[in-house]
Amino acid sequence: MTDAVLNLSHLHKSFGALKATDDVSLTLMPGEIHALIGPNGAGKSTLIKQIAGGLRSDSGTVEFAGRDVTPLGTVARARAGLGRTFQISSLAMEYTVLQNAVLGALGQEGGVMRFFRPVMKDRALVDRALAALERVGLVDQATKRTADLSHGQRRLLEVAVALTLAPKVFLMDEPMAGLGASGSKRLTGFLDDLRAEAPILLVEHDMDAVFALADRISVLVYGRVIATGTAEEIRRDPMVREAYLGSEDAA
Amino acid sequence: MSLILLIEQVLNGLQFGVMLFLMAAGLTLIFGVMGLINLAHGSLYMVGAFAAAAVAGWTGSFVLALVGALVAAAAAGALVELLVIRRLYDRDHLDQVLATFALILIFSEGTRYLFGSFPLFLDIPAALSGPVRLPGGIYYPLYRLVIIAAGLLVAAGLFALIAKTRIGVQIRAGEADREMIAALGVDISKLYTVVFALGAALAGLAGALVGAIQSVQVGMGEPVLILAFVVIVIGGIGSIKGALVGALLVGLTDTLGGVLLPPLFGIFMEASAATSVGSALSSMSIYILMAGVLLFKPSGLFGGT
Amino acid sequence: MGRETVLNIVLFAMLPATALIALLLDEPFIITLVTKAAILALAGVGLNIALGLGGLVSLGHAAFFGIGGYAMGILASHAQSYTPLMEVPFLIEGTKSMLIIWGVAITASALAALAIGALSLRTTGVYFIMITLAFGQMLYYFAISWPAYGGEDGLSIYIRNDFPGLNTLDPIQFFAIAFGVLTVVLFMAARIARAPFGLALSAARQNAERVETVGLAPFRLRLVAFVISGAVTGLAGALFADLNRFVSPTMFSWQTSGEIMVFIILGGVGRLFGPVAGAALFILLEHLLGGLSDYWHVYLGLLLLLVVLFARGGMIGTLAGREVAHD
Repeated sequence: MTDAVLNLSHLHKSFGALKATDDVSLTLMPGEIHALIGPNGAGKSTLIKQIAGGLRSDSGTVEFAGRDVTPLGTVARARAGLGRTFQISSLAMEYTVLQNAVLGALGQEGGVMRFFRPVMKDRALVDRALAALERVGLVDQATKRTADLSHGQRRLLEVAVALTLAPKVFLMDEPMAGLGASGSKRLTGFLDDLRAEAPILLVEHDMDAVFALADRISVLVYGRVIATGTAEEIRRDPMVREAYLGSEDAA
Repeated sequence: MSLILLIEQVLNGLQFGVMLFLMAAGLTLIFGVMGLINLAHGSLYMVGAFAAAAVAGWTGSFVLALVGALVAAAAAGALVELLVIRRLYDRDHLDQVLATFALILIFSEGTRYLFGSFPLFLDIPAALSGPVRLPGGIYYPLYRLVIIAAGLLVAAGLFALIAKTRIGVQIRAGEADREMIAALGVDISKLYTVVFALGAALAGLAGALVGAIQSVQVGMGEPVLILAFVVIVIGGIGSIKGALVGALLVGLTDTLGGVLLPPLFGIFMEASAATSVGSALSSMSIYILMAGVLLFKPSGLFGGT
Repeated sequence: MGRETVLNIVLFAMLPATALIALLLDEPFIITLVTKAAILALAGVGLNIALGLGGLVSLGHAAFFGIGGYAMGILASHAQSYTPLMEVPFLIEGTKSMLIIWGVAITASALAALAIGALSLRTTGVYFIMITLAFGQMLYYFAISWPAYGGEDGLSIYIRNDFPGLNTLDPIQFFAIAFGVLTVVLFMAARIARAPFGLALSAARQNAERVETVGLAPFRLRLVAFVISGAVTGLAGALFADLNRFVSPTMFSWQTSGEIMVFIILGGVGRLFGPVAGAALFILLEHLLGGLSDYWHVYLGLLLLLVVLFARGGMIGTLAGREVAHD
């Protein structure tokens, strides 16, 4: 068995009496899409912050390609190869689409302490940025101000910036939100191919996308992972049906 | 250094600290509730001092002077809030800094126009002048003791106001969550005006009380304002308790530093050099205190995360 | 060419044009005023690197302005009294060379900015504003209580410092020096804004989380920006002291910090030429209104209030419209 690229073991986080993350362990294997689902308030956002480095865990470890990154912050984890997209777009809104992508390329290639040559004339950075925009279908929008993009387009730009980082792991927080039916379908196809480049930990509400894409699914309820398994196993799991799929009783 | 001198200086430090608290409490309240950084808070201090000096000049009554200071500063605060400040709540800090800087220019020059450039003097009332004998044979100015008592009384009142009254509940709700306070059915804009006027009144009171020890002049507010900022940074923004602790720390450090540092350097330096190094360093001591707190607690002693 | 570019060229040309006209009309005082505008603009350009590009609202830039000023005052006073600055562990003598003084001013203010920045940048928002203000005030009181260099009274330097090949006491020649420095620094600031560093710094202002997520540390970017910014303002301080042939603790005062910020706002935040427009306007107002009324600061305050409340783009924003994104 190959080693996990991302390995969370026994993560805990409490806010006062509230256990936001309660003994969460999960792995992300090479080439896989591992979806994390759960009702609102299940602690997904907290867990993502613990993985990305924005929030310190009370206990437990985060391992990344065999390396313990638990003590590291957001910046160091990004440098270690974590490509994250945000649930609520987190972009430099005054910049053009291309500038946002170039920023990603700059983060990946380094050399930010250069003060003289215009960054937008740096062929290597711009090409890398354009290639990422091309892949998500935003290249036509390259000169548009990010603030003028639709919500769906911002989502795609988030993904493009993550691509410029050439990460070892993608951590995507609801990339489908706001995309609409056709947009979500396109992105589903895109992510399907992307997993070959780097595995994806996918937090998503769009169940069609989750069941279509995920090799494995983990269900988070009240900060605990109540089940992990293939789409089929999760569908059949009685605990999941009760706790999460609940009255829907569908699928 | 004699013990008596030391106790005297500790009392001076307390008196200074209590005055700083009156300034800092208003600032931190205004920041906590409205999210506003108000550079013109020092101007309200000045308004209080000038109003007190003017009223004392007309009536000869110190009590009326204090009332005048409170009323004038609260009125000036309410007016400024209605005309200018309320346009700044949803602006960024840069706009707030600049607009309130502009207010300082207007207040200072306006006061200079009304009262001239020469300092005014506000006399300590006869009943409170002169020293009083403390246990241990220490003679200490009665007025300064009264300031300490008055300041602590106001502090207690403020804590009670925030802990026990309806407006206190609203203030705490406003600090926690601006939407919640709207949900409580509170008229936010009225609450904001009241809080701003309250902060202004505290500043005006401080100005009037200090005005009787120092001279009353244009520009007297800003050094105090900046010290009040130091107090808030040390105590933690938005925390009244932090403002009290910070104010006393700053007051004591500033006063005792000036007395203790020069002789301390005198131990291993020649006298004149020790005086100059000591006094230069003591003038920096509170900022060094601030830097030290920042190193360990970037959001202040009682600040949130 | 966009309207802002045209406006920038006009603004920029206005300074030497005014100086030359004043030269022809034999009005040395006006040349001095224009020189003052150029130097204050330089201080503003310095602050604007931190404020406009980095979003760091520093209310303590007087610290660097004053350090630059005192670097000049201390070095020149030792040169004029023929006493060495220090003898142990090695001999340092004063100097009247402007170039050396600039080097010292830049180095000293950069080091101070490094120390102040490293502490202040641990915080953000209002804390940052208050802390920079406090550190500025700390140096102000230090300058007052340090008796060796004039204390509260300040230091007078009798003769302007030397610049190779020029007579610095001739107003137009000194103007040329100040304007030359301003030009070089504006050019460098423009390059920095478009360089990789500028892209990342400005992104950190817009969204720090984004910058962290691509693996860049906002703290480092901001600290470097703060140091560059402080160094430029320090250089302006040295020139300002040379212009007046006088340094005093006033250079460190919080009003100085406020005024440097006012230049930027009057001109337009984040605009390369904003401080030039703002400083020129400030000097113009000071001269015109100051002649009309002793209380001209009231008018300045009202104008500033109006700009902040109703014309947030400042002069350049009002005249040139919304900033277009760089190519």
